[in-house]
Amino acid sequence: MKLTVLKSGLLTTVQDLGRKGFQRQGVLMGGAMDKVALRIANLLVGNPDHAAVLELSMQGPELRFEQDTLIALAGADLSASINEEPVRMWRAVLVKAGNVLRFGKPVQGNYAYLAVAGGVQVPEVMGSRSTYLRAGIGGLQGRSLQRGDVLQFGDVSDTNRLLLGDLLLQDRKENAFTEAAWWPEPELLPRYEENPTLRAMRGLEYNWFTENSQGYIWNEKYKVTPQSDRMGCRLQGTILALEEERELLSTAVSYGTVQVPAQGDPIVLMADSQTTGGYPRIAQVITADLPALAQVQAGKIIRFQEVSLEEAHRLLYQQEKHLLALRQAILYKLHQQ
Amino acid sequence: MPEIIQNPPLLICPRGESAVELQFGSIISKKILNRIRAIAQVLDEQPFPGLVEYVPAFTTLTVYYDPWVISQQGKLDAYEELTQKLEVLVEQVQETRSTPARVVELPVVYGGAYGPDLQEVALHTGLREEEIIDMHSAGEYLVHMVGFAPGFPYLGGMDNRLATPRKATPSARIPAGSVGIAGAQTGVYPISTPGGWQLIGRTPVALFNAARQVPSLLQAGDKVRFVPISEKEYEERKEGQE
Repeated sequence: MKLTVLKSGLLTTVQDLGRKGFQRQGVLMGGAMDKVALRIANLLVGNPDHAAVLELSMQGPELRFEQDTLIALAGADLSASINEEPVRMWRAVLVKAGNVLRFGKPVQGNYAYLAVAGGVQVPEVMGSRSTYLRAGIGGLQGRSLQRGDVLQFGDVSDTNRLLLGDLLLQDRKENAFTEAAWWPEPELLPRYEENPTLRAMRGLEYNWFTENSQGYIWNEKYKVTPQSDRMGCRLQGTILALEEERELLSTAVSYGTVQVPAQGDPIVLMADSQTTGGYPRIAQVITADLPALAQVQAGKIIRFQEVSLEEAHRLLYQQEKHLLALRQAILYKLHQQ
Repeated sequence: MPEIIQNPPLLICPRGESAVELQFGSIISKKILNRIRAIAQVLDEQPFPGLVEYVPAFTTLTVYYDPWVISQQGKLDAYEELTQKLEVLVEQVQETRSTPARVVELPVVYGGAYGPDLQEVALHTGLREEEIIDMHSAGEYLVHMVGFAPGFPYLGGMDNRLATPRKATPSARIPAGSVGIAGAQTGVYPISTPGGWQLIGRTPVALFNAARQVPSLLQAGDKVRFVPISEKEYEERKEGQE
């Protein structure tokens, strides 16, 4: 099972849930920007959560499937189509051999995830298949996809096969693709908004900031600038200032850490966050809201809302329960057949 | 007035809902570093369910955890459960265990094409190039932490007379293995990257190799010595690796 890259798109990389256990060696965690979308895409085709998928940013690639393949798209809506017919997101789709998946205008969000049954088969590097561009490791030779690349898929599991069988039953020979007649309840999917309010906890240097700045971070609007990327979401808005000039000794930072360099515009560290940093940390976006943050397009406005540790835990558990419910619903569906 | 510096009280602070930062004051010292290493060693030996990983830094140890997993294990909420565990653990290692430091020798070819900014450092410090090489390779450096980039060591212990400001315009590409000076610190770039350090030499030793079981050559607590070598030796060692 494989696909051929006809056009690379803006930045198409292999990603999974990231590298764990190597941050003490300076190796960032990385992985998908929107890990919930990645997990749902995998669930829909019957893969384990951590299987490798393609992360497509803004302008998607053109991909030709060389065999009949079970796929699912999740995350940003990048106007996917096959043979000029739109393909729906958040559901299992059987693509017939020889057909080309294309993308158009990004309707909403930045990062879409394409899962294929069996997962994208690239070598594991330090426990993960995620592409780490700066170090040139993981993914396909440590780089983003290029025209002419051929990606292999892993062996299909029983779950993959059952889901594929479900679609083969409905398949009509003349169609380029067949969509599953079932899909997840919308409440189980991540909630994306154009201008979201992101919940965050106070950062460890919160008290270093002036009283005004402590108010601004929760009350003012911040604009996402085009300089944002997989490493950091660079914001522009009311300048944040320290009460007095102080130096922070470099310490661990990660996805969601809101740090404030001297010029005063905050940066939210994203999936490719470096492992340590030395800028004061005014806030930490909660993990449950990182998918929503990843999908905010440049030029849009975000706000931060303070939550307690208890609330942050509650929201994370709720997200895990939704994913669990989705997994159980899919297993139930399979055993009904 | 003389001041008696005591162990600062340990603070455990939540950093988001999946990490806690253990803070040991704000002064860099070997004592703090050893304490952090000792705690990290216990975490290695006795990992608990829900422990994801940890990152030692100058005066902090950040523990990443999975609250979902921890909340399923204990009676308390995840944070209470975790902090209680960590407090007990920190108590256990009050007396710093004396794990001997590893000494890693890094051969370096100084100057020339390998250290294009050696002259600049000479101009700034008023030292002769040979003096710079002697002073830089005489030191024993302590790895305080590894961060910023894969395998990048934060080294302490450079002779202050070598301090030279960063370049006004950063270089677009610094070759892997470059040994540099930035202000009062010295370091080695494990991977090719843009950067503003003054480059005085290069080591043929790979500081980072994703194919090794432990990809980073240096770990917090290690000691580093730079050993001057000739260009010929550099090229031979480089070839030997490939």
